[in-house]
Amino acid sequence: MPLLQVRGLTHYFGGLKAVANFNLDLEPGELVGIIGPNGAGKTTVFNLITGVYRPTEGQILLDGHNLVGLQPHAITNKGIARTFQTIRLFKDLSVLDNVRIACYSQVRYSPLAAFLHTQRFREEERQTREEALRLLDIFNLRRYAQAQAKNLPYGEQRRLEIARALATRPRLLLLDEPAAGMNPGEIQRLMELIQWLRREFQLTIILIEHQMRVVMGICERIQVLDFGETIAEGKPKEIQNHPRVLEAYLGKGVA
Amino acid sequence: MNRRWWLPLILALLFLLSILLPHFGILNLYLQQVLMYVGINIILTISLNLVNGYMGEFSVGHAGFMAIGAYISSLLTVWVFPKSWGPFVFPLVLILGGLGAALAGLIVAFPSFKTRGDYLAIVTLAFNMIIKSVLENIEAIGGPRGFMGMSKLTNVAWVYVWVLITIFAIRNFVFSAYGRGILSIREDEVAAELVSVNTRQTKILAFVISSFFAGIAGGLFAHVLQFINPRSFTILKSTDVLVMVYLGGIGSIMGSILGASIYTILLELLRPLGVWRWVVGPLLLVILMVTRPRGIMGLREARWLLPAEEVQADAAVTS
Ligand SMILES: Nc1ncnc2c1ncn2[C@@H]1O[C@H](COP(=O)(O)OP(=O)(O)OP(=O)(O)O)[C@@H](O)[C@H]1O
Ligand SMILES: [Mg+2]
Repeated sequence: MPLLQVRGLTHYFGGLKAVANFNLDLEPGELVGIIGPNGAGKTTVFNLITGVYRPTEGQILLDGHNLVGLQPHAITNKGIARTFQTIRLFKDLSVLDNVRIACYSQVRYSPLAAFLHTQRFREEERQTREEALRLLDIFNLRRYAQAQAKNLPYGEQRRLEIARALATRPRLLLLDEPAAGMNPGEIQRLMELIQWLRREFQLTIILIEHQMRVVMGICERIQVLDFGETIAEGKPKEIQNHPRVLEAYLGKGVA
Repeated sequence: MNRRWWLPLILALLFLLSILLPHFGILNLYLQQVLMYVGINIILTISLNLVNGYMGEFSVGHAGFMAIGAYISSLLTVWVFPKSWGPFVFPLVLILGGLGAALAGLIVAFPSFKTRGDYLAIVTLAFNMIIKSVLENIEAIGGPRGFMGMSKLTNVAWVYVWVLITIFAIRNFVFSAYGRGILSIREDEVAAELVSVNTRQTKILAFVISSFFAGIAGGLFAHVLQFINPRSFTILKSTDVLVMVYLGGIGSIMGSILGASIYTILLELLRPLGVWRWVVGPLLLVILMVTRPRGIMGLREARWLLPAEEVQADAAVTS
């Protein structure tokens, strides 16, 4: 059974059709890319899947269960995590707290136990801290644990966002232009990291990327959006020479 | 092992002093009264800080919750329980007043699901005004003339105990997953939801806890003054609490202790100004919001208020 099924997803902002009849079937373990020019509707697709917006029309199913209408945290708890196109860390909080906050729903102690700092509370807090530090280790961020998130260098902030997303223990990870603002060396390392994470955490991934070069490198399958419409989908090779894709990217008359 | 052995010691010593100094007349009645107001204001400030400082909302009706606690506890001690029981049932009475206020907090939490910032401020402002008008219109509890007949059940020691309960309850709560959820709402509510924080649950908790302690403060206040009327709980009173929060510093318990102490004593010293001293609060609030919106402590906490486990674990991380 597919992990994620999106059927006829359509979304309007007022009169603007941001996403039109978007369909996607995602098998467990796949790494799929979504590309398209500015304003094509890519981020909106993520916002619809994660419950930030409620779609005007369409279905979103995870393991065959409907996600439309759930609050975002409930969707996250079903196993979908994401990062943001423009970094949205909890800037004034410590790096450690950024990750610990994402463990919110794993906590079993009651608010009363939180008041009293009971034995159980201490034990669970210790586990949460260990788990968060383990993630920081993986992303080479442990030495920043106490620093405010806003004081991290840009690349580290991007990695922290991924670490924070993984702390929610997702099965499906949505990455919104993770390579934005990175230099070629950093991009290369990021691509390796994504592939490693995918194996290590057994993730299914949807990757939005502006730069075709990146997606071509690691995605098995690509879907191309333009003005909300899916104009092409297929293997990277097929996409590369697809006339409508070239047209969308380079303008009419080129293809 | 425990590097904080001195903390309980100092707190216990202060407790002894809070009983002995008044008992032997070393603190005169006036100073006792000022001290009790300082304590009550600390409770009000820390509790409002949870919503305005830690969570980053802008609630401006804290006196409304205080009023509910003040009236419920007063009605209980005057009408329900025999006068002679007063000292024994006082803690229970305060808690019931706090629970009444908490219920109102629960109701105010719901609009906060959908609105933020200015709009939520208007909701809490309206709440404060509604409470005041309702109290003014119930003749049975004195209407605009107010309600009296309470014994002076509040003393320095009781205030001290409730200040400690407030400090450590809210400190503990802030340093928990729920507390971090509250912080994440201040930082970025949408991102908080998307990393699994149930922001509705968190907001309910913050408002309920905040108003509970405001209710406790109201009960203590009513049993110092032995007389309450709706005009004690107007927007002006709420403004005072706002000033103390933003003066001391948002997101800091030590800040609230400082803010409440400094402001209460300042107002006491300005008594000769007469009615003009009521201009000081709103004026100070405007100046603070423009020049130093984060206050004296602004998001920093005094070391003695950090949980020992956090300090030890943090030290382990960096070493
Ligand atoms: N909250 C919103 N309100 C109104 N219009 C919006 C909103 N969010 C996005 N849009 C519009 O919807 C369209 C799709 O935007 P979206 O952000 O999904 O594009 P994108 O493919 O992610 O573009 P980019 O590559 O620039 O990130 C754009 O025209 C955008 O202006
Ligand atoms: Mg986008």
